[in-house]
Amino acid sequence: MNLPYLWLNDYVTIEKDPKTYAARMTMTGSKVEGWQNAADEIQNVVWGKILSIEKHPDADKLVICQVDVGDKTTQIVTGATNLSVGDIVPACLHGARLPGGVVIKKAKMRGVESNGMLCSFAELGLTLHDLPYADPNGILVYQNEGEEAILGKPVTKALGLDDPVFEFEITPNRPDCLSVIGLARETAASFELPLKLPQPPQRLAEGEIHNLLKVEIADPDLCPRYCAAMARNIKIAPSPKWMRDRLRAAGVRPINNIVDITNFVMLEYGQPMHAFDYRCIDDNAIVVRRAKAGETTATLDGQQRQLPEGALLITDPQKPIGVAGVMGGLNSEITENTQMIVFESATFDGPSIRATSRRLGLRTEASGRYEKGLDCENAMPALMRACQLVEQLGAGEVVTGVIDAYPVKKTPRSLPLEPEKIRRFLGADIAEEEMIRTLKSLQFGIEGQPGHFIVSIPSWRDDVEGMADLAEEAARIYGYDKIEPTLFGGSVTQGGLNPYQRFELALSEACMAAGYNEAMSLSFQGVKDFDKILLPEDAPQRKAVQISNPLGEDQSLMRTTSLPAMLEICARNYNRRLPAGRFFELSKIYLPQQKDGQPDLTVLADERPILTMALYGNGDFFTLKGGLEAIFASLSIPSVEFLPCSENPSYHPGRSAVLMAGEKKIGFVGQIHPAVLRNYGIGAELYVCEADILSLYQLADTKKEYKALPKFPAVVRDLAVLCDQSLPVLYLEKTIRAAAGKTLERLELFDVYQGAQVGEGKKSVAFSLAFRSYDHTLTDQEADAALQKALIRLKEERGAEIRS
Amino acid sequence: MMKEQLNQILSAALGEVRAASNQQALEAVRVRFLGKKGELTAILRGMGKLSAEERPAAGQLANQVRAQIEQALEQTQASLAEAAIARKLASETIDVTMPGQKISLGKRHPLQTVLHQLYDIFIGMGFSIAEGPEIEYDYYNFEALNIPKNHPARDTQDTFYVNDNIVLRTQTSGMQVRVMEQQKPPIRIIAPGRVYRSDAVDATHSPVFHQIEGLVVDKGVTMGDLKGSLEVFAKRLYGEETSVRFRPHHFPFTEPSAEMDVACFKCHGKGCPLCKGEGYIEILGCGMVHPKVLRGCGIDPEIYSGFAFGVGLERIVMQRYKIDDMRLFYENDLRFLAQF
Repeated sequence: MNLPYLWLNDYVTIEKDPKTYAARMTMTGSKVEGWQNAADEIQNVVWGKILSIEKHPDADKLVICQVDVGDKTTQIVTGATNLSVGDIVPACLHGARLPGGVVIKKAKMRGVESNGMLCSFAELGLTLHDLPYADPNGILVYQNEGEEAILGKPVTKALGLDDPVFEFEITPNRPDCLSVIGLARETAASFELPLKLPQPPQRLAEGEIHNLLKVEIADPDLCPRYCAAMARNIKIAPSPKWMRDRLRAAGVRPINNIVDITNFVMLEYGQPMHAFDYRCIDDNAIVVRRAKAGETTATLDGQQRQLPEGALLITDPQKPIGVAGVMGGLNSEITENTQMIVFESATFDGPSIRATSRRLGLRTEASGRYEKGLDCENAMPALMRACQLVEQLGAGEVVTGVIDAYPVKKTPRSLPLEPEKIRRFLGADIAEEEMIRTLKSLQFGIEGQPGHFIVSIPSWRDDVEGMADLAEEAARIYGYDKIEPTLFGGSVTQGGLNPYQRFELALSEACMAAGYNEAMSLSFQGVKDFDKILLPEDAPQRKAVQISNPLGEDQSLMRTTSLPAMLEICARNYNRRLPAGRFFELSKIYLPQQKDGQPDLTVLADERPILTMALYGNGDFFTLKGGLEAIFASLSIPSVEFLPCSENPSYHPGRSAVLMAGEKKIGFVGQIHPAVLRNYGIGAELYVCEADILSLYQLADTKKEYKALPKFPAVVRDLAVLCDQSLPVLYLEKTIRAAAGKTLERLELFDVYQGAQVGEGKKSVAFSLAFRSYDHTLTDQEADAALQKALIRLKEERGAEIRS
Repeated sequence: MMKEQLNQILSAALGEVRAASNQQALEAVRVRFLGKKGELTAILRGMGKLSAEERPAAGQLANQVRAQIEQALEQTQASLAEAAIARKLASETIDVTMPGQKISLGKRHPLQTVLHQLYDIFIGMGFSIAEGPEIEYDYYNFEALNIPKNHPARDTQDTFYVNDNIVLRTQTSGMQVRVMEQQKPPIRIIAPGRVYRSDAVDATHSPVFHQIEGLVVDKGVTMGDLKGSLEVFAKRLYGEETSVRFRPHHFPFTEPSAEMDVACFKCHGKGCPLCKGEGYIEILGCGMVHPKVLRGCGIDPEIYSGFAFGVGLERIVMQRYKIDDMRLFYENDLRFLAQF
């Protein structure tokens, strides 16, 4: 909402400088985003009077003017042809500045000195709409419309340009402040100033209008009130200067007196108005009803529009003549030939207007106000104001009588004033008298006795519904800054992270200790991401939660796998010439719930936290696996097994493993498939792990107990066996552990050898073992017996023989 | 005669001890004079042949000679050992200006670093951390927060929809309702998490960003408490000298509502380009929990009151580290991540 300071001063005399005004308004709840004064862009441009016009000796198209600029006469050369001696014109003197940063300097024009420039309205940033009398092709020749142009004085004042315009950010709960009067009320309350609002004369309901027009509200649920008035003998003409200046400053283009009156009243009262050409209303009747299927109409902007079924329309018995609250119809537009008009001042259901505006893709000043919900009680005063202005401007004769279709009158609301409750709620010692003064200044009514006051809520303050709202009114004018900051007492609460949150924190710390950098990626993906990681068409991950209004195809799904985002991160770093990288991310994947084998989108998704780690450029599978093992160890996660798995299409079939906790798959780790790397443009081997964090959390051993340090020495043995080349070492280890029994304290692989010496298809695997007992010194015999058991089982179960 | 012999041995031995330049040479001297077959030993063995009168004086002299030789050996031994250590140390000198062995620890993402600082600040005030779904029912994201369908407040948040009833949450404020439904006062929680708005990516917008919601509900919680707690938060986050202001605002689910600004970090309130001349920078939205919201969650607003606030994490982190482009957070360039 743009508020011209001059306009505001019509209702409340405020003499603060713009900065002080803006600061106080912001602190009482009407946030000023900034202000602009058009005059700031225009400097050293003064009124001058043409004293003489002579031909230029050397240029046919130039003339030499002697111009009286108040304290002196100066010579200015111009090419304009619309000037006469005696004209009052804007003279840009040497060093003058014009909008857009243009600087005017004195110069010789074909050998003749020119001490500046005479300028047009366009050069001052104005349009023909603002100065309808002016010659659009020549110098602005001033006409006195009530403001005298003083020679030598800046042109900005007489042109109405010297006026700061404040830009307010109005919150959606205060549509009443989308008006000059609304902001004048706030201003008066904020600065404790008297308010003087327009008092248009009341008009009787009875009169001629009832013979000329009938109004029927067919859908009162969407149109609580429809007021209409009429005027005849309309003389379309430009509005007077004061009205044009105010409209222009507020950012509305002046058109003609009737249209300008509707815009002026909308800005002044916050009540959208519309004017119909009476000739175009068939059967002398207006019907407010919902659109039927398939109806169309052309709106004032010239667009033919398909009207959404159920949208509220203004119609006559034959046709639509406007989309209620959004835009008038082209068929009833005010034109130069309009003789008789109907003013509409109505209120409509906010959500309905909002829906229509959205469905038509058409937002207007009117719809923006209506959708916030307007005050029914404001419709008639605004209409009275429009009628007053018609008479004041001599734009026509107001027909007697007004139509007021108002099926259910709004019930005024009142609330008890509970000063003690408000004080306790705010924690601020605001006296009852101060509350009352504030509320009165905001036009709330107060009745009753001290301690038992009843507050009647103004009709335009539907947002005030209870004690908390009254507290806000009291507090914001009193000043939030005066409320003493305190720290809440009351009950003691035990704060902190819960065990799972602590686990996640420890997990991220372990990842960083292992050398991985924390990354964060967006939660979206697209179908193409599934293709890029080679997921088959029937892969369950392809069943994702779909966004119905995504930013783009590639961000249309909530991710079901964290892999593509991690690959993007690695690709970006790789392509930025970073030779090596290690990343991890704790993020969520979003898995739709299943119902009868199909995703069920009527319920919320399962949001699963996932650990994703990746490394490229420095390290291999075992680097990543070693990191994982270290992380698991630091989090006391025992017994995660890495089993060979060639079934994940995104990974190298011979270099990937599924992470198993008992029978449960909890993750995957491996080298990324070369075809996937090509899809991401990564030219380095890349290793990734994806693991389910909740499963890891459940595995973590939280009940740790101290185990006594060993008192007896260990017996160490080495063991080398020959086995099939394809036999995983893990299986050998499992067999050894099972067979050797509980004295086996440590089992470590230290060599794997393949080659001619061990024969084709075979490998030699060497382990170091340590045996120890906790209750006696283990003898060699005991250790050897255990080793022997392992050897027998290795042969039986794995076909592995001791290497001789 | 023997006396002469002993003196000769003494001077020879001392001379050789002095000449010995290493352990082996020194040992050879010891063996030569004091060994079982050494010269002094031989003399001592010959003592038996002396008369009883001669023997004590000769014995005494021989012992003196032995002691002198042993002392010389010991001294030289010590200085040789010292010299050997000095040589070893000299030979072991390294260039300590060469770089250390490379150990690459990972870095925490700056958003997480600051988020954890916020945790610490609020945990210190007795808060716990609540988490909830990002894909959320319209009910929690809007309706239970006093934002019915077609409410104009929905316009200020461009929402991603899954269907008519499910949205990607546009704010963490829905967690207020979820927490109040599950937990009775006293409540002190913060609820961090991702939120979604259909804004195209640019330097200051991202369709995915993070908020931290806070909620306190108890008997007798006042707006002064709201101010006090958030002032503590701002001072602990930005430093003790930070000054804040509370400005009236509107949120459908709080009443009264406010925005908290901090004095511009650059101009400290005077007004400069960073704060667009206002002197203050907006940090968070807050307010007293709307009685309707309390009632909707089964909490009697006649008995309890509370305050709530919502902070945008990205904005705070950008201010904190002077990061001028939000996209950097989600690009994860190592050269960016390594700076924090």
